[in-house]
Amino acid sequence: MSGNNIPPKKRIKDLTFGEKIYIPEIVKGLSLTLRTMFKPKFTMEYPEEKFIPAGSYRGRPVLVEEKNGEERCVACGLCSRVCPALAIEVQAAETDREKERYPEKFEINMLRCIFCGFCEEVCPEEAIVMSKDYELAFSNREDAIYGKDKLLVPVDQLQDRIDFLRNYK
Amino acid sequence: MSKFNIDGKDIEFKPGQTIIEAARDNGIEIPHFCWHPKLSVSGNCRMCLVEVEKMPKLVIACSTVAAEGMVVYMDSDKAISARNAVMEFFLINHPLDCPICDEAGECKLQDYAYQHSTGESRFVEEKTHKDKRVELGPNVMFDGDRCISCSRCIRFCDEVAKDAELTFVKRGDRVTITTFPGEQLDNPYAMNVVDICPVGALTNRDFRFKARVWDMAHTNTICNGCARGCNIEVWTRNNEVLRLVPRYNEEVNSYWMCDHGRLNTFKFINAGDRIDGPHMRVEGNLIKVGWDEAFAKAASNLKAFGKDEIAFLGSAYATVEDNFVAAKFAKSVLGTGHLDFVRHIDPTFGDEILRNEDVTPNTKGAELAGVAPSKNGFDFNGIVKAIREGKIKALYVLEDDILNDNLELENVLAKLDLLIINASNFNKTSALADIVFPAATYAEKNGTFVNFQGRVQRIRPALATNDVDRALEGMSMSRLDKFGTKYDRWAQGKHFDARSSWKILVGLASAMGQKLKYNMAEEVFYDISNSIDAFKGLDYDVIAELGVQLKSVNLKSTVKI
Repeated sequence: MSGNNIPPKKRIKDLTFGEKIYIPEIVKGLSLTLRTMFKPKFTMEYPEEKFIPAGSYRGRPVLVEEKNGEERCVACGLCSRVCPALAIEVQAAETDREKERYPEKFEINMLRCIFCGFCEEVCPEEAIVMSKDYELAFSNREDAIYGKDKLLVPVDQLQDRIDFLRNYK
Repeated sequence: MSKFNIDGKDIEFKPGQTIIEAARDNGIEIPHFCWHPKLSVSGNCRMCLVEVEKMPKLVIACSTVAAEGMVVYMDSDKAISARNAVMEFFLINHPLDCPICDEAGECKLQDYAYQHSTGESRFVEEKTHKDKRVELGPNVMFDGDRCISCSRCIRFCDEVAKDAELTFVKRGDRVTITTFPGEQLDNPYAMNVVDICPVGALTNRDFRFKARVWDMAHTNTICNGCARGCNIEVWTRNNEVLRLVPRYNEEVNSYWMCDHGRLNTFKFINAGDRIDGPHMRVEGNLIKVGWDEAFAKAASNLKAFGKDEIAFLGSAYATVEDNFVAAKFAKSVLGTGHLDFVRHIDPTFGDEILRNEDVTPNTKGAELAGVAPSKNGFDFNGIVKAIREGKIKALYVLEDDILNDNLELENVLAKLDLLIINASNFNKTSALADIVFPAATYAEKNGTFVNFQGRVQRIRPALATNDVDRALEGMSMSRLDKFGTKYDRWAQGKHFDARSSWKILVGLASAMGQKLKYNMAEEVFYDISNSIDAFKGLDYDVIAELGVQLKSVNLKSTVKI
């Protein structure tokens, strides 16, 4: 075996003399605590205080609601097709609007969603985007399926993300 | 045989064949939009341009007759750049609305844009705008923007449906398709234009926006609308049939099917009156019961009658397997010779193209399977007469609403002491029945139909039931079918508690103390091929996708009900 050539490593737990006498290390530790006590705090006191992420954050996917109250989505089903977790179900139907197709039903199963953002990436209409919402709690499977009522979010509230997508994607 | 060369490969051709036809026969697809194997050559799309040695310019493969020693190039620089240019022209005015378009996923223009286009457009001007959402007929919607003016639909109406309804109007980039004044696209074959339209200009109004094609599973089977037995594909999603499309079979229906078959032969499957589980009449009402209870009740009721007091009606709507087991059940379990089935002939339905006046899919099959009165047995009319006279007191009816065509029979059936039926939907006959067994529809079982030409063809299950599992049965599965769980709303499609008629009869025979040893339709067919001459040597693998012509057999002429 060639292992003979390797010099024996110094073991990390071998303490120096200074460490062995204990007291200076205690003082070191206490002084760090004391210094940090007077520095500004980084901890956020959630839920009293809320974290507001940047535009690049991928929270739960939502549907963009235009100013006139209509969804941008034309129910093409590409998000549903690309979704690696099969979280999205879309049922299209016909409408009198100029874009003749709209989602009669649009459901995202938040238990399946993995927040990958593929749905947003594939969307040809910029109709589904990742929001800043990370607060997802439910106590049963049915509640975890978000329908259009929960998914539609006014475009104003999503401007950060839309700007991010336009600039960086 | 004469030969010519295409991309360095020598291929044979028959005299008179065009380049595109000869190439196709040899498994080489030359891209095309307007050419269709069953329509006349129009030559307007220019997509099939190929380079031919010693010809000064590129030629279209669809109208250039192949000649001995011809040297054709599909992959020369000239041919490739010509295809790129043609695609660029098509895409100038074609809207980019694939997300909205129903054709997406099965669109020739999409496919060719991927295969034969550079992927860039130099066109910066405004695209032309034409009429959208034009109702060309009761079942077909037209979108002028998407149309690439290939004229396939016009030629289809002129040449196949023999009913000239469509035409081009205007010229240049304003050209569009419309119906002749006062006309509608309403011939009995109109919806085939949706299938042959290479883009999404013509869409099926019944299926419009219902589902994406990539979300669906499709199963090769046979239309049950008439005795032609058109080869079709059943397209399903979430255990529900959403559309039927024709499947090519030159011997039966070529590329086509009629609108009646396409629209009216699948909606009963998920209709509200579908029978879910066996039912028994208790105090005048049909009440859902378990299978064992229904079998036991039917068996004890049937045993109360003498052999000559029971009659059995097979069905031209049921498969050969169902009818074969029915005949066996009637003769050996019930011991009756009063065995027949009802013919349903509608002379107004038939035509010279595909539609047959026999509106059942399996009249010949029922005859061949032995559903016929024995020597001293009554035929259908005899059975009706005997019921009137009180000689026959119990009747078993297989998958046929015999009152639908002939309401006068109501008084006759009312005289029966016992009426047992196998049916898929509650109907006029079930209203009088004492015991109702839920029969699987043609889209939920394996089996065979014999069409009016004497061709035996396979039907396959496209929908799962409590009895037939999608995965275990090896049925066609979409991605959603594969990965759906019971918690996914998109995988909770209704599964009916229904069984194939032959299986119901096997269960009933066992309740009556007699064993019919069949576990699957294929075993029934194995027995059929061993015991009926016409089916000799056949099995499901031999019948395969396109069916087999049975050896000529003497068949009784059909009798009107």
